[in-house]
Amino acid sequence: MAPAESILEVRDLVKHFPLTQGIVFKRQIGAIKAVDGVSFDLRRGETLGVVGESGCGKSTLAKVMMALERPTSGSVKVNGRDITKAKGAELKHMRRNIQMVMQDPYTSLNPRMTVGDIVGEPFEIHSEVLPKGGRRKRVQELLDVVGLNPDHINRYPHQFSGGQRQRIGIARGLALQPEVIICDEPVSALDVSIQAQVMNLLDRLQKEFNLAYIFIAHDLSVVRHISDRVAVMYLGKIVELGGDSQIYDRPSHPYTQALLSAVPVPNPEGREARERIILQGDPPSPANPPSGCRFRTRCWKAQDICAKEEPLLQIRPGTDHLSACHFAEALDVVHVQS
Amino acid sequence: MVEVLSGPTGRGSYSGALLEVENLQVEFHTRQGVAKAVNGVTYSVNPGETLAVLGESGSGKSVTAQTIMGILDMPPGRVAGGAIRFRGVDILKLPEEQRRRIRGEGISMVFQDALSALNPVFPVGWQIAEMFRIHRGSSRSDAKKKAVELMDRVRIPGARDRVNDFPHQFSGGMRQRIMIAMAIALDPEILIADEPTTALDVTVQAQIMGLLADLQRDSNMGLILITHDLGVVADVADKIAVMYGGRIVETAPVHDLYRNPAHPYTKGLLESIPRVDLKGQELYAIKGMPPNLLEMPSGCAFHPRCPYRREDCATAVPPLYPISGTRGSACHYWREVVDGSR
Repeated sequence: MAPAESILEVRDLVKHFPLTQGIVFKRQIGAIKAVDGVSFDLRRGETLGVVGESGCGKSTLAKVMMALERPTSGSVKVNGRDITKAKGAELKHMRRNIQMVMQDPYTSLNPRMTVGDIVGEPFEIHSEVLPKGGRRKRVQELLDVVGLNPDHINRYPHQFSGGQRQRIGIARGLALQPEVIICDEPVSALDVSIQAQVMNLLDRLQKEFNLAYIFIAHDLSVVRHISDRVAVMYLGKIVELGGDSQIYDRPSHPYTQALLSAVPVPNPEGREARERIILQGDPPSPANPPSGCRFRTRCWKAQDICAKEEPLLQIRPGTDHLSACHFAEALDVVHVQS
Repeated sequence: MVEVLSGPTGRGSYSGALLEVENLQVEFHTRQGVAKAVNGVTYSVNPGETLAVLGESGSGKSVTAQTIMGILDMPPGRVAGGAIRFRGVDILKLPEEQRRRIRGEGISMVFQDALSALNPVFPVGWQIAEMFRIHRGSSRSDAKKKAVELMDRVRIPGARDRVNDFPHQFSGGMRQRIMIAMAIALDPEILIADEPTTALDVTVQAQIMGLLADLQRDSNMGLILITHDLGVVADVADKIAVMYGGRIVETAPVHDLYRNPAHPYTKGLLESIPRVDLKGQELYAIKGMPPNLLEMPSGCAFHPRCPYRREDCATAVPPLYPISGTRGSACHYWREVVDGSR
């Protein structure tokens, strides 16, 4: 793939949430290190999948990129301008370019607003985009684009099914013609037979409008289908980053290997012979992550160096993509060809 | 009938299937009309066997399970017909007092959301021990001792120290282990697991499924696994019942179903799984959306979404046609589906 121009540059992004004690005199006793030094680029028209378990910082990352949270340090540059430092009119203008599709289509749509109001609200906020007269027509066009009946503009969210509601959320995300859409678990709340429909829609919209997606999900097969590159997160850090086949066929970080081998393969052939890496225990608390490599407490390869020295995200001999493990080596863990 | 309920001594005296659900029909009376949530479901489970019930939300898979357990809210729910035979006895006809004894000792259940299924104001050990205090009349200290043993058995680290902790002090995976400990406390012969890992991360899901498999092997339980995840089913099931719109549309041994589905819905589900070799192409998607239980399509409930449909699909309800001794498909045109011609 020819390296296209970067549209989003995330550098050393850190977000700590303070833990405080006391009611009148609050003092900080620690911090939840939700995102702790994350860097990556997103190119125009590309999809970057972000995978990881709950609590690894995927959603906080999304919020910081959307400027819904201010980072503790680091920068998020959209077309070369840092959204984390932007204020007032400039921030508002930048927000037009980066939109979000939420996970739960049942709680992310206001039940008292009609579909027309929901999809048209971005135009109310950014009134310079489109004069009032053309808005209704534009909303109907958007509904049509996402596969809904434009005549349903006056209906309320409860009159739609889960898959249709997610389409409404996508239409709202598209309204301001952004270049980047952050999809935070966009299909995980949907029924299996509906997931494929929404995935196809996202795919089609990407080609049509040359959108760049950050696709956050925990379903690894869904992420593989839609992503050009994949970032694997563990406890606030990216532990492995590479092209989709680099991550899925030649994972080099033990956590990625464990994650992939834990995914049930929808094919019963040879299931007795399948080898599984089953991790013991739960991820440690992000308030008090382990020293050195954060994965070492659950890692079967861990040695002394892992506790002392934090492995950098870099390409190591014998592998072809970024991995944050001292002992990175490519290993095909999912032998079954589906 | 008395020996059925007399616990372990009565076991093994009945020769048919351990649990048989036959033509079960459950409906809900709502203000908008009657919703037929379960509309003629038949399946059976034997000791040591894993039956996976696969279906989307609203397909009736959980309502069937709740009816087997006898925990369905009635009203609005109502069993409109059919039978549930446990060791040959129709438990729907038993008085509540006797059903209570089957619950926990004969059949027990693990729920999806462990945090809302556990009582937040009692320690977990107390909640596990409740099984022994109420069903077996054990003393408090005996029951607590057994609770610690059970927590060890479901591999909760440091069980002795954690027995007095409250549910919120445990992680999601550990809470689900506690639910499993409660369910297996009285050595049930059938364990129903309703989406036991849906709320969990994949690495924890692998731990829990491994634990369930080990427990099943140790005690030769029959397991009914209710899920929508085709991957989990392929991993653990012996046989599968696919549900759609309150009916079973296909039953088959696990290998047959994945190799060669005999119902268009099953086939559509399998084809819509993202596959490595088809990356970049459009995913196969089943058209339309699941049916509304209040306005079920006439004839075959799947016909508005079905690529194989013909005129009679809208009028004639397909029975579960036998394909072989172990397989069945509720599609008039199952031969075409199996042959793969569309």
